[in-house]
Amino acid sequence: MSASTGVGAGRMPAAVTWVGFAALGLLVLPVVGLLQRAPWSALPSILGESEVLEALRVSLIVSLAATAVCLVLGLPLALVLARRRLRFPRMARAVVMLPMVLPPVVAGTALLFALGRRGLVGQWLEAWFGVSLPFTVAGAVVAAAFVALPFFVVTVEAALRQAGDDLDEAAATLGAGAWATLVHVTLPTIRPALAAGTALAWARALGEFGATLTFAGNFPGRTRTLPLETYLALERNPEAAVAISLVLMAVALAVLITLRDRWMPR
Amino acid sequence: MTVSFDGRVAREGWALQADGLDIDEGVTAVIGANGAGKTTLGRAVAGLDRLQAGRLVIAGSVADDPAAGVFVPAHRRRVGMVFQDHRLFGHLRVIDNAAFGLRRAGANRTDARRQAAALLERVGVDSSAWSRRPAALSGGQRQRVAVARALAPQPDVLIVDEPLASVDSAGRTRLRSLLAESPARHVILITHDPVDVATLAHTVVVLDDGTVVSRGSTAAVAAAPGCEWAGRFLGANVVAGQARGTEVATEGGLVLTVAEEAAGPVYVTFGAQAVTLHRDRPAGSARNAWQAEVQRVDIDGERARIHLTGPLEVRADVTRRSADELRLHPGLGVWASLKATELSVVT
Repeated sequence: MSASTGVGAGRMPAAVTWVGFAALGLLVLPVVGLLQRAPWSALPSILGESEVLEALRVSLIVSLAATAVCLVLGLPLALVLARRRLRFPRMARAVVMLPMVLPPVVAGTALLFALGRRGLVGQWLEAWFGVSLPFTVAGAVVAAAFVALPFFVVTVEAALRQAGDDLDEAAATLGAGAWATLVHVTLPTIRPALAAGTALAWARALGEFGATLTFAGNFPGRTRTLPLETYLALERNPEAAVAISLVLMAVALAVLITLRDRWMPR
Repeated sequence: MTVSFDGRVAREGWALQADGLDIDEGVTAVIGANGAGKTTLGRAVAGLDRLQAGRLVIAGSVADDPAAGVFVPAHRRRVGMVFQDHRLFGHLRVIDNAAFGLRRAGANRTDARRQAAALLERVGVDSSAWSRRPAALSGGQRQRVAVARALAPQPDVLIVDEPLASVDSAGRTRLRSLLAESPARHVILITHDPVDVATLAHTVVVLDDGTVVSRGSTAAVAAAPGCEWAGRFLGANVVAGQARGTEVATEGGLVLTVAEEAAGPVYVTFGAQAVTLHRDRPAGSARNAWQAEVQRVDIDGERARIHLTGPLEVRADVTRRSADELRLHPGLGVWASLKATELSVVT
C-alpha cells in the first residue's frame, strides 16, 4: 500500500485513508471469523463424513461438467463477440454479462420457466427427447454453467480483442485456413486468458448456490453441492459448516493465487 | 506471369482505384506518400482486403472478381507477405515461425524445420536464436525471421512492406541481396527508401491519394514521376561507394566527404536540390566539387532537372532561371558541388 513514493501519495484527505483501511478490514473480518471458529483438530473427521464426501463428489462432478460446458459454448461465443461485426454489439455484450449481475435465485427461476417441465423449451425437451432437466444432476450443471459462463466469455473476449487479428492475417498469408489459424495461432496466442477464464468459471460454478437450489433442488447425492451442504449443516452441525467453508475458501484462494499475475496489478 | 490489378478497394472514407495495373515478374517498387494506398494495394493482392469492384488476376487465374462472385481466400493464393510490424507468432520458437507455412502445406515437422533452418541461415539469423521466442529478438532479427517465414512456402508473389525500416545496417545488405535473388517470381516492394528503389527495383509504381500516377522502369518514372512527392523521392541520388571515416570513395573514382563516419560498402544519398552547378570551379567551402557534363535538361515549369554524367551519374534540380543564366545544354561541361551536410550515408 505504500509503493508510491511521489509527493502525490500524501495529498489525500486523512478520512479517505481511514475509510479505505476500514473497508479492507470489512473484507478481512469474515475470513478471520471463519478461521477463529475452525475446528482444526476435528477437521479430518468432519470432512470425512459421508454427507460431506457425497456433497464434495456432487460438487466436483457438477462444477467440472459446467466448466466443460463453458469451454465448449463460451469459446465460440467469445470469438463471435470479438471478431464478428454484430448489429447490436452492446446488447449482445449486456446479455452475456447478465448472469453476472442477476441474483442467482432469479437466474434459477428464469431457468425453471425456460427449461422446466412446462417451460418454454423444456416442454419440448420432455415431449421429444424425454429429457427433464429440473432436479437432476444435468439441471445442476446447467444452473452452474449459466452463472459461470460470463466469467469465461468476458475474460477470453477481452484477450481476443487485445490480440487483434494481425496474427490471423499473417497465418492466412502463410497458407493457414480458418481452422488451422484458430488451432495453431488464435488459441495458443490467448492461452493465458483461456486458463484464467477456465479457472474463474470453475470457481464460480463450484460456489453456485441460488440458481442450483431453485432449478435443480437439493437432493443428496444428485444436486446437493458443497454450498448447499454448508447451508444445511449450519443448523444441524455448525462445525461442519465451518469446515466445508474453509475448503471452499481455500479453493477460491488457490484460484486467486494462480491468477495473481493477471488480476492483481503490482 | 503477371499480377494484374484492375479495380477498386474501399476503405473508410477513402478508396484505392487502380485501372489496368499490370505487375510483371521481378521486383516492383510501390512508392508514394503515407496514406497513398501502398499497403492497401499489397493487402488486396494478398487477399486480406477485398475488391469492391473490378478484377484481380494472379498468374492467369482470377483471385478476386466481385461481379462474378469470385474471391480466392488469402490462404489459397500463394502470396506471401512480410508485414511492416513483422507479426511473428509469439507462442512459437523462431524455427517454428519460419516452418509455419511449410507445416500448413503438409510437410512433417522434421522436414519443415530442416527447410526453415536453411532459410534462417540464408537471411542471417544465427542458429543460437532458433529455439528462442520472437520476443527475445532484436527488431532487425525479427524482420529477418519474418522474411524467412514468408519465403518458406515458396510463394509466387512476395509482398514486402517497408522491408528495411527496422533492420540494422549489417542486415540491410544481406536482405537486399536476398530480395534481389528472391525465389518468388514477383516481389512487390512497398518502400520509403530511395536506396531500395535504386538497388532492387526493375519497375516502379507511384501511388498518390489512391490512384496510380506513374509507373514504368525506374528511369521512365523518374522522368515523369506523376506527383510532387515521388518527384522529390526519385530525384534523390543514390551513389555506391566504400567508406573510410568521413570519406567515401565512389565507383567513379571521386571521393566524397560526408558528415557521418562509416566503414565498408555504403550508399550515399542526396536530393537533386542539394547539387549546385557552376560554370567555373567553385571557390569556398564546398569540398565535394567535380567536373561533369550535362547529358540532358528536362524543363518542368519553373524547375529544371539536369542529368549529369562524369565521375557520378546524378540529377540536379535548379530553377529555370539559373538554368538559363548558366546556359545549360547537353554536352556542356560544368562544375557540380555538394555540401557534406547534405549527404546521408546508408550502410
